[in-house]
Amino acid sequence: MHSQSLKISARHVNVHYDKTHAIKDVSAEILSNSVTAFIGPSGCGKSTFLRCLNRMNDTIDSCQVTGDILLDGEDIYDPKVDPVQLRAKVGMVFQKPNPFPKSIYDNVAYGPRIHGLAQGKSDLDEIVKQALRRAAIWDEVKDRLSAPGTGLSGGQQQRICIARAIATAPAVLLMDEPCSALDPIATAQIEELIDELRQNYAVVIVTHSMHQAARISQKTAFFHMGTMVEFGDTEKIFTNPTDPRTESYITGRIG
Amino acid sequence: MTDLKTDKSLYATTAHSKRRSAAEKRFHRLGLAAILIGLCMLGILMTTIVTKGSGAFQQSFATLDIDLLEAKLDKTGNRDPEDLKKVTTFGYAPLIKAAVEQVVETHRIETGLKSKDMAAIISKSAAAQMRYRVLDDPSLIGTTAEFKFLTNSWIDGYLKGRVTRETIGNNKNVSVEQLDFVDRLVGLGIVEKSFNMQFIFGADASDQRPEDAGIGVAMVGSLAMMCVVLLLALPIGVAASVYLEEFAPKNRLTDIIAVNIANLAAVPSIVFGILGLAIFINTLHFPQSAPLVGGLVLTLMTLPTIIISTRAALEAVPPSIRSAALALGASKMQTTFHHVLPLAAPGILTGTILGLAQALGETAPLLLIGMIGYVATNMPETVTQGLLSPNSAMPAQIYEWAKRADPAFYERAWGGIIILLIFLITMNIIAVTLRRRFERRW
Repeated sequence: MHSQSLKISARHVNVHYDKTHAIKDVSAEILSNSVTAFIGPSGCGKSTFLRCLNRMNDTIDSCQVTGDILLDGEDIYDPKVDPVQLRAKVGMVFQKPNPFPKSIYDNVAYGPRIHGLAQGKSDLDEIVKQALRRAAIWDEVKDRLSAPGTGLSGGQQQRICIARAIATAPAVLLMDEPCSALDPIATAQIEELIDELRQNYAVVIVTHSMHQAARISQKTAFFHMGTMVEFGDTEKIFTNPTDPRTESYITGRIG
Repeated sequence: MTDLKTDKSLYATTAHSKRRSAAEKRFHRLGLAAILIGLCMLGILMTTIVTKGSGAFQQSFATLDIDLLEAKLDKTGNRDPEDLKKVTTFGYAPLIKAAVEQVVETHRIETGLKSKDMAAIISKSAAAQMRYRVLDDPSLIGTTAEFKFLTNSWIDGYLKGRVTRETIGNNKNVSVEQLDFVDRLVGLGIVEKSFNMQFIFGADASDQRPEDAGIGVAMVGSLAMMCVVLLLALPIGVAASVYLEEFAPKNRLTDIIAVNIANLAAVPSIVFGILGLAIFINTLHFPQSAPLVGGLVLTLMTLPTIIISTRAALEAVPPSIRSAALALGASKMQTTFHHVLPLAAPGILTGTILGLAQALGETAPLLLIGMIGYVATNMPETVTQGLLSPNSAMPAQIYEWAKRADPAFYERAWGGIIILLIFLITMNIIAVTLRRRFERRW
């Protein structure tokens, strides 16, 4: 196991949509080479907070983010930061698999292409191959890289999306309920994959399944009504939570 | 659970269920009737158009051998093009008369007609047709050449059944003797009906020569206008929609703009015509009746259609595709041009083709910029001419023909409608095919 270091540090983050105060003073630290899970009932702000980490909330006009989010010590909301560059370093995988209606190869090669990461065709081929390997889908698609990505099964599509995200060589991988549209077998494959990805990336995953959080994460944050109620080692959160709300949620009494 | 109220046999019917199924059946039948009425109307329309218009694609021709006498056509004998041009169509007319007399003599046709009236069955365009051919090829002078002349529209009408011995009465344009004479010529194979290329590719003709009129020049005018519309409306429309849909902030102002674009689509087309007259002709002094101006006016008219369909196509692209690209670090423009636009392209194309088809059939705005009433007799020779010199357009030409008194023009109006419809149907088929072929399966 690689040594863990501080990757992202969020301090006093507040998010407003028009009049809604969606995130209330959340502070969190995300370590490299580990999986951090955000859990909580629907509408608690966990996805919103996740989307702050790669500034995807910028695409929503009414959304306002205050507070500091530092990636490797640099403020990602600094006016000098180009969100486009940031998103190449902080990859994202969505709830519903969303491959481009293009070939598998083009899906994975898109990021490296627009960021100019490959020197030539063979270089790009290698990047695509590596990304597909790391996403544990290479063996399934190596013979049909030119087939459309949309023709695969849901679980395969999601792994293509993960491959696509890691092809730009990000440091952090954000996953917004990546398994909620998948069947149990595909979910198990993705979970196994997330555990492997931990070796190279800081993974942040939003999940509705507490079992999933318990299985794959090292750190867990529990969100409720826009506040981060509790944040700590997964083991501790699930066995000995400090806050009564956390306990209620994980034992199924609220949420 | 025998105490439940609904404990009845599945086979039992109640007054309520009977009423309900009767209502279903009634609605079913009404819908079917509506469809049948629609189909009937379409059938009637199509049959009428085809029966009335198909005549225009056939035309009666008289094939005559003409002695191109040097004494008449080139008195100096040196084939100087300038001298040849001095001989007007009046110089050629006697040759036709002579050729007809020749036919009467060889075949011993009994007729009480004077030779002038016999020659009158040939179209007035015949002399000009000969003159052009001789000017093109002066070596024909002094020889006997075969010419295929159009017949007069009354004779043509007689052979098509439009004009009968009973209906001509004391019509000054045609007499019963002439019809007898034509019958003999038909028997001899000198006059016969054949396919009329002239109608499709030819130019419009003056009131006196309906047999010579064609829709070709107006077609070129329409095509020139369509090029202008395509080159202007597509880029402007797509740029406007992409901006509104992908880049503009969603606020009251953009809402107002969107609503007003939708309103523009419902503005009567003649309003665009008068706008074009005021701006392009009166203020900017563009040439009147020019396809360029027509194209600009139709562009104004088509833009809202294209913008609306393009916005719909962009809206139909799932937001997940945009998120995917943005999350990979694509800029907004890269997202739009690499992913959103290609996915919306079939919808945009379909909308554009339908907009073009609508513009192609539009008549009212052309009225105000002088494209209706212009007799399009000259085929433009260059692209600039095609855009700037006065021309007509297909629907304008049809309207013009329908307006003229001679029933022969009426037939041509119907024929023109067939050609216009063929264009429109082709465009619609292309649009439907594109939509089918590229329809996205997310």
